[in-house]
Amino acid sequence: MASLITCPHCGTRPKEEFTIRGSASVTRPAPAAPDDEWHRYVYVRDNERGRISEYWHHAAGCRRWLIVDRSNITHEVFSVTDAASAAKEVAR
Amino acid sequence: MTAYRLSSGGLVNRSRPLSFSFDGRQMNGLEGDTLAAALLANDQLLVGRSFKYHRPRGILTAGSAEPNALVTIGRDGRTEPNTRATVAELYQGMTAVSQNRWPSLKYDIASVNSLISPFLGAGFYYKTFMWPSAFWEKLYEPLIRRAAGLGKAVMQTDPDRYEKAWAHCDLLVIGSGPAGLMAALTAARAGLRVILADEGFRLGGSLLSERLSIGGVAADAFVHETLQELQTFENVTLMPRTTVFGWYDDNVFGALEKVQKHVAMPSSELPVERLWRIAAKRAILATGAEERPLVFGGNDKPGVMMAGAMRSYLNRHGVVAGQRVAVFTNGGSGYRTAMDLTAEGVEIAAIIDTRNAAPDVAPKGVRVIHGGSVLATKGKYRISGLIADRGGLDELISCDSLALSGGWSPIIHLACQRGARPVWSDEKQAFMAPTVGGELEIAGSAAGVDSVYGCLADGASKARTVIASLGHTTHGADIPEVEGEYDPSFNAIWHVPGAKDKAFVDFQNDVHSKDLGLALREGFGHPEHAKRYTTSGMATDQGKLGNVNAAGIMAGMRGVSPAAVGTTTFRPFYTPVSFGALAGTARSKHAQPVRESPLHGWAKKNGATFVEAGLWYRSAWFARGTEKTWRESVDREVLNVRSNVGLCDVSTLGKIEISGKDAAEFLNRLYSNAFLKLPVGRARYGLMLREDGMVFDDGTTSRLSENHFFLTTTTAMAGEVMTHMEFCAQTFWPQLDVRFVSSSDQWAQMAIAGPKARLVLEQVVEDNISDAAFPFMTASEVMLKGGLKARLFRISFSGELAYELAVPAGYGEAVADALMEAGKAHGICAYGVEALNVLRIEKGHVTHSELDGRTTPDDVGLGRMVSTQKPDFIGKRLSTRFGLTAADRVQLIGLKPVDASKEIRAGAHLLKEGAKPSTANDQGHVSSACFSPVLGHSIALAFLKSGRERIGEKVVVWDGLRGDEVVAEVCSPVFVDPDNKKLQG
Repeated sequence: MASLITCPHCGTRPKEEFTIRGSASVTRPAPAAPDDEWHRYVYVRDNERGRISEYWHHAAGCRRWLIVDRSNITHEVFSVTDAASAAKEVAR
Repeated sequence: MTAYRLSSGGLVNRSRPLSFSFDGRQMNGLEGDTLAAALLANDQLLVGRSFKYHRPRGILTAGSAEPNALVTIGRDGRTEPNTRATVAELYQGMTAVSQNRWPSLKYDIASVNSLISPFLGAGFYYKTFMWPSAFWEKLYEPLIRRAAGLGKAVMQTDPDRYEKAWAHCDLLVIGSGPAGLMAALTAARAGLRVILADEGFRLGGSLLSERLSIGGVAADAFVHETLQELQTFENVTLMPRTTVFGWYDDNVFGALEKVQKHVAMPSSELPVERLWRIAAKRAILATGAEERPLVFGGNDKPGVMMAGAMRSYLNRHGVVAGQRVAVFTNGGSGYRTAMDLTAEGVEIAAIIDTRNAAPDVAPKGVRVIHGGSVLATKGKYRISGLIADRGGLDELISCDSLALSGGWSPIIHLACQRGARPVWSDEKQAFMAPTVGGELEIAGSAAGVDSVYGCLADGASKARTVIASLGHTTHGADIPEVEGEYDPSFNAIWHVPGAKDKAFVDFQNDVHSKDLGLALREGFGHPEHAKRYTTSGMATDQGKLGNVNAAGIMAGMRGVSPAAVGTTTFRPFYTPVSFGALAGTARSKHAQPVRESPLHGWAKKNGATFVEAGLWYRSAWFARGTEKTWRESVDREVLNVRSNVGLCDVSTLGKIEISGKDAAEFLNRLYSNAFLKLPVGRARYGLMLREDGMVFDDGTTSRLSENHFFLTTTTAMAGEVMTHMEFCAQTFWPQLDVRFVSSSDQWAQMAIAGPKARLVLEQVVEDNISDAAFPFMTASEVMLKGGLKARLFRISFSGELAYELAVPAGYGEAVADALMEAGKAHGICAYGVEALNVLRIEKGHVTHSELDGRTTPDDVGLGRMVSTQKPDFIGKRLSTRFGLTAADRVQLIGLKPVDASKEIRAGAHLLKEGAKPSTANDQGHVSSACFSPVLGHSIALAFLKSGRERIGEKVVVWDGLRGDEVVAEVCSPVFVDPDNKKLQG
């Protein structure tokens, strides 16, 4: 895991300021989506290897939810973006 | 001067003698000594007993790889076990004691282990102490731990301070030998921000131990001049006594600085150790090379020492290891030691060289046995001779010490700590650092460079690479000439055949060459398996000396190259790091700070007993007069609230201010019940679910104005709810116009509950709070007499006529005092969370004892709070799924004991009458229980399968933990005022 994370709002900060929620590759289904889709959203996660995208919370900083795109093999961080911008993008 | 301390020479301060004690014996050393150097000067060769066989052990090295000379330093709370004497900086008054021996170092009873050693081979414990398995915990493990051990930690509190810090630099140079010094100097001249760190208490690395001339001056003078120049740069930080122990992602390094480990009485103004995290743009690893031992019979006895270490004690400390020294070598280092010793008049018994021919020149008149080897050593506490093999002939050579050199291994640990494996080099006969990219350059002998001049040049060259990569320009790069070098090359030999005694590979763990053979034969040939099977490479030194020989021996037995065997995994820490340093300042109350409510002072002066709730200290009850037990106080508080009025501190509830034109819509999606149409000035009880349909948290939320809400959470979930709301707002519905902020610490909040609550409040509040003007569930800003704005909520957890009054935190105590004064005539009392709990159990109100993450709203009797009208809210979809709506789910009910004198306790399980206690027969459990002073007997809230249909049934409350069974009647969970009449009016 990276030692330093560059928050788009606060700059480069130690990873201890953040908490990790889990995969950001899942999208909350529509209320009427089939059972299976909801089941997968709430309970099923791939144990991904390689490039992954996760929700990180800058809990001891700006309190924004971020999407960290990183490799869990090399630990390289490819990008850190604000999750709201990504969500707005999807909604558009 | 002792017989082993030369009358002159060395980098010690002869005008500053230091006295210290070892195993109670007073000794003297000099400023600049390590403990090991001082012990050698005092002819104290025996310093420890080995781990398994309890063999006498001496000092093998002069550095951090030392496997044998582990001692306990310091007294009482400052006691530090397993300290390497070879790196411990001597100070006046140091007390050191040896370890792993009883009753004394010289007469150690467990040394009989040596006699039964044929039965103590590798894997012995695994094979022997297996059966019967019940013996393991009680007998075998304590026995083994007593017999085979390192030093002991003490139980006293460490009185010293530790701290953690961050450092940032362009270039971190690790190691201050020739490569590190030149790298730091080159980078400093180019204007880089440089940190030069070295584990030694004196910077200079190997240059402090060798007889060389650099740039026309002695090596230590060159070091001095270079450091003086480095000190003139503002952009350079020198960090002696600092071990860089780990390399982490993003080029962050972990380092341990021993700030005050070299003083008898540390100043309280400074920490004794500082744990650094160094964020470096670039780093240069200039950690040098480790000299390899040779594996031959009796190679572990006191008096056997690495050739380089012997030079170090001689040249740096002016201490000779013996009066008649033999040398056993496979390369140039042994000859160099003989040369340096001869120059000081020490007699050399012989140089035994494993090579048939060698380019190295022996001192004049010294006998060299080419193609020879050592088969055994004589003597016990100091060797008295050795048996050399000379072309098939055994020869006894008398000597009192033996210098050992098996070649050199680059110190590459840090470069391998992020997953890259070391690479075997046939040319260097060593494992070399892998290519790890430009962030970490390897320089000097750590990179396999042989000569000191080569190291100086390589350090400068690697620094130039870094300078260029950071866009700076190099200034001045002359490499000084070096005179008096020797050629350290060698012919690797992994073990010496024909050993007549144990030939140790790993000294610290007593692993000898035969153990490795056994591991291979029994299928544990992979280095990671062999490590666990034989313990080779374990414990404090992690095989710094032995691992490469172990790999070579395994390779030899398998008939492959060491490249095919490989190494074990290199992990941080390079050397041990104390728990104190890792904890830093996070000790006792600094690890778990006390969180006090704004009403803490008020509670204290009213006689509160506090209870820890997370970090909070909440008032639990307020003892009065002759009350001796907590129950007496709690019963009185409950009855007084039910008949008069009480005041309770509820400031610890989480509080969140929400605003924005979509605030109502946001809350409507967050809660399972409706919030969109909550009128301004009203409060509503709300339930939040998790997405899986289980209850997450509950609390009241009030609409203070059209777009301003005030939300409360439970004390425990304040942080989680805030985080959850942020996640929902930012990732699910970023288009909603809503903002929120935690105001938990801004408000002092108190509950005023009881039939006389309004009578008391009216004396403090300006506004009309009559039932008509301020009915149940009203929430509004009010003005207190004296002109303080406050928030008043007519909500009730106790079931009584009740209000919660919130005032700015700083006014909390004054307002609580005023309420207590106003309430005197009405019999007001302060009540704590224990009484609060009884009041709510009597009313069947739930807390996290019931909302335990496994219960649905319907389970706790709040099914009506799950909206069927709203298009969406968190948890909506899965709350309707099969399983969460099944009829046989447990449901919240009340329990009262059939025999009113019996007590029901939380945690007990429910059984049908006559059923045996088993998982299959389990009918549910008791979540909350208390004595109800109103009813005069024990009551409980419990979850029972299909419970609401079973009112009136008798069940057995089975408490297996306390061996208790009570028959109870199932009843409504609302025990007091079931029609909620007391809330109104």
